[in-house]
Amino acid sequence: MNDMRIVERAVETRNIKISARGVQVHYGDKHALRDVDVDILDNTVTAFIGPSGCGKSTFLRCLNRMNDTVAVAKVSGTILLDGEDIYDRRVDPVQLRAKVGMVFQKPNPFPKSIYDNVAYGPRIHGLTRNKAELDEVVEASLRKAALWNEVKDRLQEGGTGLSGGQQQRLCIARAIATSPEVLLMDEPCSALDPIATAQVEELIDELRASFSVVIVTHSMQQAARVSQRTAFFHLGNLVEYGETGAIFTKPSDPRTESYITGRIG
Amino acid sequence: MTDATAGGMSAGPDRRSASLLTADPLMRRRNAAETRFRLYGVAAIMISLSMLFIMLWTIFSDGVSAFRQTSLTMAVTLDAERLDPQGNRARDDMMKVTTIGYTNLLNDALKSYMEARGIDTGEVSDRELSAFISRDTPAQLRNQVIANPDMLGQTIEVKGFATGRIDGYFKGRVTRETAQVDTNISVAQLELADQMREAGILTVGFNWKFLTNTDASDQRPEAAGLGIAIIGSAYMMLLVAVFVLPIGVAASIYLEEFAPKNRWTDLIEVNISNLAAVPSIVYGILGLAIFINFAKFPQSSPLVGALVLTLMTLPTIIIATRAAIRAVPPSIRDAALGIGASKMQTVFHHVLPLAAPGILTGTILGLASALGETAPLLLIGMVAFVANYPSGPLEGGMLEPATALPVQVYSWASRSDPAFIERSSGAIIVLLAFLLVMNIIAIVLRRRFERRW
Repeated sequence: MNDMRIVERAVETRNIKISARGVQVHYGDKHALRDVDVDILDNTVTAFIGPSGCGKSTFLRCLNRMNDTVAVAKVSGTILLDGEDIYDRRVDPVQLRAKVGMVFQKPNPFPKSIYDNVAYGPRIHGLTRNKAELDEVVEASLRKAALWNEVKDRLQEGGTGLSGGQQQRLCIARAIATSPEVLLMDEPCSALDPIATAQVEELIDELRASFSVVIVTHSMQQAARVSQRTAFFHLGNLVEYGETGAIFTKPSDPRTESYITGRIG
Repeated sequence: MTDATAGGMSAGPDRRSASLLTADPLMRRRNAAETRFRLYGVAAIMISLSMLFIMLWTIFSDGVSAFRQTSLTMAVTLDAERLDPQGNRARDDMMKVTTIGYTNLLNDALKSYMEARGIDTGEVSDRELSAFISRDTPAQLRNQVIANPDMLGQTIEVKGFATGRIDGYFKGRVTRETAQVDTNISVAQLELADQMREAGILTVGFNWKFLTNTDASDQRPEAAGLGIAIIGSAYMMLLVAVFVLPIGVAASIYLEEFAPKNRWTDLIEVNISNLAAVPSIVYGILGLAIFINFAKFPQSSPLVGALVLTLMTLPTIIIATRAAIRAVPPSIRDAALGIGASKMQTVFHHVLPLAAPGILTGTILGLASALGETAPLLLIGMVAFVANYPSGPLEGGMLEPATALPVQVYSWASRSDPAFIERSSGAIIVLLAFLLVMNIIAIVLRRRFERRW
C-alpha cells in the first residue's frame, strides 16, 4: 500500500498552479500581509501555519478574492492562476471563485436540503444540462466527500440537520461540485471532533488527486499529516516555505523552529 | 498554627468560618435587593395589564351594543296617489315626491298599523309616534320604490331602524329617568315602546348594517355604518403594502448589501432613523402639499392616503428589514460567494429567504401602525362625510373619496348624540379586529417561512 503510494507520487506532475509575487494586504491602516511570494503546486496539499493573526487566512482569502467583500481591504502584488493575473481588471471574481473553491472554518451549509446544497453550485454555473446529469454530479461530489453512504437515503432532508463533521463534508462536497481547480480550506477541522477531523483529513489526501488543496491550520500535527508543502507565516510575513518534512525536521529560520517547538504562537 | 488562624478570624470576617446554612448580612442585602427588583417588575406588568384590561373593558362595554340594533317592522300600503301623483310611473316625475312625502306615508302607515294590531297609543301624540321611525327608513323606501315602480299599490312589509333614543332604551342607554329631562323622548313613548316590543313591532337583532352602511348625519345615528371606512382602510392597506414592500426591501437590500460605507450612506442612515421619529401629522402636511396641491391627485382618496401612509411607514420598514437582513449569519454569504454565486444571487437565493420572516413581521407591524394612523388622513381630507361607496378597486375606486376606520372613530367621537359614542367604540372594535387579523397573518407567514440554520 505504502509502496504504491510512493510510485504514485513519483509520476505526479508538479506544475505550478498559483504563483504569488509581492502580495501585500492592508486592512485600513493595518498592514496585514507583507511581500508574500508563494508558488502553489498542482495536485499538492499546501498547508499554511502560523500563530493567530499572522495573515495566513488573509492570504488564503486573497487566492479567490474573498477579500473583495471586505470594504477596507486593499490587495496589491500579483497572483497568477495558470499564468493569469486574478486581480486583473477583466477578471470577474465570480468566475474565479468557480475555479477556486473554498471551505470555511465553521461548517456553513445552506438551510436547504442536502441535495440542493450540493446542486447549488452546478445550477448557478450552468454546469449540467438536465436533472439526470445534476443527480450524477451530486452523487459524485458526495461520494468524493465520503458522505454519500451516510446521506443517500435522505438527500431531501435539511443540510443543517447533519452532525458537525457531516456538515463540513457536505460543505466540501458543495465546493467540489463545481469541479474547481484549487480548493481552499480555512481551518476546516477547527470545529470538529477528532473522529470527524480524521475523516476530513483522509478526504483531503484523496482530493489531492484531483485538485490543488490549500489548507490553513492551527494544528501542526495536521499540517504534518496532510500536507506535502508548508508555509509558515509570522506577523504578516511569510517566514519559510518548503517541503513539509523539511520545515518540521530542519527549519532554516529560528522563528519557525520556535513556533514548531511551541515557544512562540 | 491554630493561634495564627484564630488571629486571622478575629481580624476580619472570615468566610471560611461562616456556616453555609445561615446567610450572612451581605447575602441577605443582596437577596433583598433582588426580591425588590422582581417585585418592581411584577408591579410594572400588573399596572400595564390592568390598564390594558380597563381599556379593552371600556371599549367593549361601550361598543358591543353598536352591533345590536332595534328595528321597526310594519306593513305599509304604497299608495300610488301619493307616491306617483302623475300616475305615469315615470322616474323623473316620481323623483319629485321627496323623502318628506314618504315620511308622511310611513307616519300614517305606522298609526294605522298600530290600530290594526290593537295597540293603544294612549298619550302618545301622532308626532311623537312618528318619532319612532328612523329618518333613514323613508329614504331607503324611496330609493326602493323609484328603482322598482311596480311596487306601487302593493302592501309590503317595511323593516327599518327605530330612532336612536328608542334603540338606546332597549340597550339601557336611555331610561325613564333620563327621558324625564330629555326633550327628544317622553316616558309615555318608552312605555309604548315596551308594548310594541311585546307585539313584535320593535325587534332587537344583530346589526349587519353597522358594517355595511355609509356614515349618516347627526339626526340619524342609528343608520350610521362603517362600510366606507372599512373599504377605505382596506384599499389603503392594499396600496400601502404594494408601495412599501418593494421600495422598503429594495432600499434595505441596497443599503445593507451593496452600498459602500461612506459619509453619504452614513448620512442616509441617520436620516432614515430620524424620519422614523417624525410626527405623523408632518407627513400629512407633506402629502397635502405634494400629492394634492402639486400633483393634483383627488382629495380624500385612498390613493393619496396610501401614499402618505407609505411615506410614514417606509422608515420603520426599512429599519426592520435591515435588521432582518443583518441577522442573517455572514457565513451564509461567505458560503454562497465562495462557490461563485454573484452578489445578487447570494442576496436573492440565500439572504432574502432567511430574512423573509423578519421582513414580513416588520412590514405587517408597519402596516398595522399605518392602519391606526389618523392625523395625516385628517389633513388630506379623509375626514369628510362620504355618502357614496367608492367603486371597486379596478374601476378607479382608489381615486374616489373614502374615509378610514380611525378617522371614523375620531369623527363619531366628536358628535353630540350619545348614540354616536356607542358607534365610535364599535368602530374601535372593528379596528382592533383588523389589527388582530393582520397580526395573525404575520404570525402564520413567519411560521411558514421560518427556517433553522
